[in-house]
Amino acid sequence: MKVLVSVKRVIDYNVKVRVKADGTGVETANVKMSMNPFDEIAVEEAVRLKEAGVVTEIIAVSCGPQACQETLRTALAIGADRAVLVETNEELQPLAVAKLLKAVCQKESPQLVILGKQAIDDDSNQTGQMLAALLGWSQATFASKVVIADGKAQVTREVDGGLETISIKLPAIVTTDLRLNEPRYVTLPNIMKAKKKTMETLKPEALGVDVAPRLQTLKVSEPPKRKAGVKVPDPKALVDKLRNEAKVI
Amino acid sequence: MAVLVLADHDGKHIRKSTLNTVAAAQKIGGEIHVLVAGNGCGDAAKAAAAVAGVAKVLHAEGAQLGDELAENVAALLVALAKGYSHILAPATSSGKNILPRAAALLDCQQISEIISVESPDTFVRPIYAGNALATVKSKDPIKVITVRMTGFDAVASTGGTASIEVVQSPGDSGLSTFVGREVQKSERPELTSARVVVSGGRGMGSGENFKILEPLADKLNAAMGASRAAVDAGFVPNDWQVGQTGKIVAPELYVAIGISGAIQHLAGMKDSRVIVAINKDEEAPIFQVADYGVVGDLFKLVPELVEELKK
Ligand SMILES: Cc1cc2nc3c(=O)[nH]c(=O)nc-3n(C[C@H](O)[C@H](O)[C@H](O)COP(=O)(O)OP(=O)(O)OC[C@H]3O[C@@H](n4cnc5c(N)ncnc54)[C@H](O)[C@@H]3O)c2cc1C
Ligand SMILES: Nc1ncnc2c1ncn2[C@@H]1O[C@H](COP(=O)(O)O)[C@@H](O)[C@H]1O
Repeated sequence: MKVLVSVKRVIDYNVKVRVKADGTGVETANVKMSMNPFDEIAVEEAVRLKEAGVVTEIIAVSCGPQACQETLRTALAIGADRAVLVETNEELQPLAVAKLLKAVCQKESPQLVILGKQAIDDDSNQTGQMLAALLGWSQATFASKVVIADGKAQVTREVDGGLETISIKLPAIVTTDLRLNEPRYVTLPNIMKAKKKTMETLKPEALGVDVAPRLQTLKVSEPPKRKAGVKVPDPKALVDKLRNEAKVI
Repeated sequence: MAVLVLADHDGKHIRKSTLNTVAAAQKIGGEIHVLVAGNGCGDAAKAAAAVAGVAKVLHAEGAQLGDELAENVAALLVALAKGYSHILAPATSSGKNILPRAAALLDCQQISEIISVESPDTFVRPIYAGNALATVKSKDPIKVITVRMTGFDAVASTGGTASIEVVQSPGDSGLSTFVGREVQKSERPELTSARVVVSGGRGMGSGENFKILEPLADKLNAAMGASRAAVDAGFVPNDWQVGQTGKIVAPELYVAIGISGAIQHLAGMKDSRVIVAINKDEEAPIFQVADYGVVGDLFKLVPELVEELKK
């Protein structure tokens, strides 16, 4: 069975993001970029399914500018077999990404697509659910465990009240939560091997997808800053402050 | 045009997140309708009809709606969408699962986790773990929106006299089935709506050690939360996680114990009214947002704090 994983290039999670002075966005020049952490978990899950003999081929897909090739190389180094870049310099919103991924799915016919639950730049948490809708497939979001058997996936999901398990028919969409697995480190030999793997480039026009943004960003601003408060010497002083100054207890 | 709100409920009651979402709907303007979908949710529909500001409740019953499966609930939303200018759901795990599916079927770009309504088509939402706020304008015919609960003060759960209309739902998609649920039972207030939250991090050292936070939480009538590190280490259940990718809370008082204050954690609690931090590292970033900090060993300070509170 074929698996498709989507990987997004985002500002590294360790970077302290800064809003541009002109309010048009955040500073991206000379900023470290990485694979969205949830997508690393997605690639890792696909590789584990392959190691378990459930999956035969893993295709990594990224949508965005040429620099996404770097992110795809990382996916190949973790263990994806080949990569597809849907190249565009347009700003991509989740609905557009879902349409692009749908077109790639129609070419590749995977039985399973694994995405991150959320991209840590736009924090949208939409693309997987949208892709499932557009394909008319089942969905299991926020997965912390995936078991594949008999044309179905049994998925444990992280939900507000705890955990829930559903059984979904394949082909299906799964989105990853943090506890699904711990991604491996990429090793130098695997980075070398990844260089020989194939990377195909497609264009949105060739896939027949209109990616024009539906949301117009009018302004990006800095959130109100919280002032650091005071250090108090001991719990006695703390309780005094909470009772008499903050009046919160 | 009217605004449709997807209710978050347990069959009998309406959850508070629904009241926050109705508040967001009021800011948008227009008649507010609330959809209560489930299997045996008549009481919840009645509760929704009593919510202040609601004009009509749409009550959908069906076995296929009992477990909030996204395929079935999204199909219902799409069937009802005509005639609505906006469709809103609270940004709970269920709302986040269902709404984007409906949005894509309607060919609309959802606007996730809004914290403010600027006008009927313009909204503010946090991006980059809350390190930036984006003001976005939607050009779609139907605005499909999830609402961050902390951004809107809940409307009253009583005082409304909405009519209840029974609506038909599409059948079961046959794509997915519910298998089971492991619910974390707790006598404590619910994390996202508690007045006080006591959270522990990696510094707690073990799940067993979280017990020392219990007398403190008891004393403050607090919900308990945690950092990702504490959840990943298996100290506490996943639904305790506060942060960018966990729960967003804004209580009157947030007490962070043995938590360093990574941006991903701050994203989930920095809008709390008063923040207290207990950490042995005086350089820990949590002190940059804490109103009151105590530097020292939590295993000594927490029991002392409980004693002080008893006085
Ligand atoms: C994609 C992604 C999403 C994430 N989402 C979240 C999220 O939603 N929520 C979240 O919390 N994190 C999230 N994180 C993780 C985040 O980056 C941090 O790793 C995490 O918050 C650290 O947890 P911590 O503060 O408990 O642990 P640490 O950073 O290890 O801090 C432990 C603290 O305890 C203190 N300490 C230790 N012993 C004692 C003692 N005896 N007495 C007093 N103090 C003590 C230490 O001084 C230290 O400051 C995410 C990360 C990624 C990459
Ligand atoms: N430009 C993109 N290229 C590839 N995958 C993407 C892209 N944008 C989003 N995704 C996938 O969709 C997931 C959820 O993203 P979002 O809906 O933007 O929060 C991510 O974790 C990725 O797996």
